Amino acid sequence: MIVMRDVFKAYENGTKALKGINMEINDGEFAFLVGPSGSGKSTIIKLITGEVACTDGTVIVNGFDMNKIKLSKMHKVRRTLGVIFQDFRLIEDKTVYENVAFAMRVVGASKKEINKRVPYVLDLVGLDTRSNRRPNEISGGEQQRVAIARALVNNPRMIIADEPTGNLDPARSLEIMMMLEKINELGTTMLVVTHERELVNQFSKRVIAIDGGRIISDGMDGYYNYEEQ
Amino acid sequence: MGITTMKSNKIGYFLHEGISSIFNHGFMSFASVCIIIACLLIMGSFSLVALNVNNIIEVLESDNQVIAYVSEDYTEEEARALQPQLEQVANVSSVVFVTRDEAFDEFSGQYEDTGLLEDLGSDFLRDRYEIYMDDISLMQETKTALEQVTGIAEVSAHLEIAQGFTAIRNTVSIISLILAAILFVVSLFIMSNTIKLTTFERREEIAIMKMVGATSAFIRWPFIVEGLFLGLIGSLTAYVMQWGVYRLIEDRVVEVSGLAFLEVIDFNVIAVPLLIAFIAVGFCVGVIGSSVAIKNYLKV
Repeated sequence: MIVMRDVFKAYENGTKALKGINMEINDGEFAFLVGPSGSGKSTIIKLITGEVACTDGTVIVNGFDMNKIKLSKMHKVRRTLGVIFQDFRLIEDKTVYENVAFAMRVVGASKKEINKRVPYVLDLVGLDTRSNRRPNEISGGEQQRVAIARALVNNPRMIIADEPTGNLDPARSLEIMMMLEKINELGTTMLVVTHERELVNQFSKRVIAIDGGRIISDGMDGYYNYEEQ
Repeated sequence: MGITTMKSNKIGYFLHEGISSIFNHGFMSFASVCIIIACLLIMGSFSLVALNVNNIIEVLESDNQVIAYVSEDYTEEEARALQPQLEQVANVSSVVFVTRDEAFDEFSGQYEDTGLLEDLGSDFLRDRYEIYMDDISLMQETKTALEQVTGIAEVSAHLEIAQGFTAIRNTVSIISLILAAILFVVSLFIMSNTIKLTTFERREEIAIMKMVGATSAFIRWPFIVEGLFLGLIGSLTAYVMQWGVYRLIEDRVVEVSGLAFLEVIDFNVIAVPLLIAFIAVGFCVGVIGSSVAIKNYLKV
């Protein structure tokens, strides 16, 4: 669950990225966060993942007050989150299996747990036959599925996908979005950042539109109705 | 049991990652080891020179005694009776009584033609004490204290030699210390930068680790293991090379007769402390260098 109350964020260079954000994303919910470049989407993601702190207001992520948590305890918040990026961010010299297993290993999982969980997750995203390939040997869509598997493998309460389809063609984009929807149906909260209107409008989900650091619409009708300037 | 298995899993992971990284970044690792070897060899060589200079000075100091002349009107028995008082003087390590006859024999032994001296006899000399000190740098204070003893007419001390020895010893020690400190910082800096390059190459991996919830310690340890091993490899190699160079110099000094007055410390005497010092420096350079290198990447 994410709670943001009167959140302001100004960077050191004077840029005011967020100007009083109020929103709540409940457990099990699927929400799109949409808006043009520079609208503040990335800042919201960074606040949730603890990469930056807000200047004013309250940010609560899965029960953790981000203003009060120490940097040394930040890993506790991040273990409740799975993050997917536009550029996949896979480790090139590791295989598909190793990329996913790596995410488990670094949080201290045993080999036994890894051997059991990784094949299951790879099967879930349809990559069970690709486990020994390296990222540069598979397609962009498959690479994003590896990233989804990596985000899923530690069984997070919430997945944050930052422009997950930005580097994919429409067919692969739809495929990835349907996969995220399926994961959400299994109980994982989903926050998807995107500016792909067509794609958003194919799903009847909550759409939070942001521009100039403010939320300009928040509707449950699943329609991306904000007109970019 | 579970916790133990998890800990051993983690230790295995840190060792595997740290050691793998050494081989994966072979050239950088080689460069780091070479830098550590070079710095340790220079540091070690200067320390050994300082140690030997100190040793030689100690030997020379032990020969540099103060002579306390007994008053002429004292009989030999009365002169001998002064010994306990002289031994009580601060900084005096030992005293040797020399009669005027013994002094005369020693004096005349230095000349081939002793005819003239035989006519003179020993009466022109005085009974005396050769006084050895614990700390030659306190020669002036010791001389003054000895002069206070009733029955001592005069004290002869080569203060300028004592001051010279002290100055040489202090200069060598200070130079070695400063040089060692500079080289330690240089090694640390180079080591840190070398590992920084490794961490830069792996910044994406580190960012992913942070993002999936790895603790800073978990990310840091493989780098520390890498630094530790590089430090150890460097220090052990440097030690073997230092040993070889020292033995070579030791043999040359013995061979060259003109340098016979130089008493070189046997390597076996310093082998263990030197090994410990090398390993300690290598360990510190490796661990501190890698900790500094990774620090910036863990601030997120």
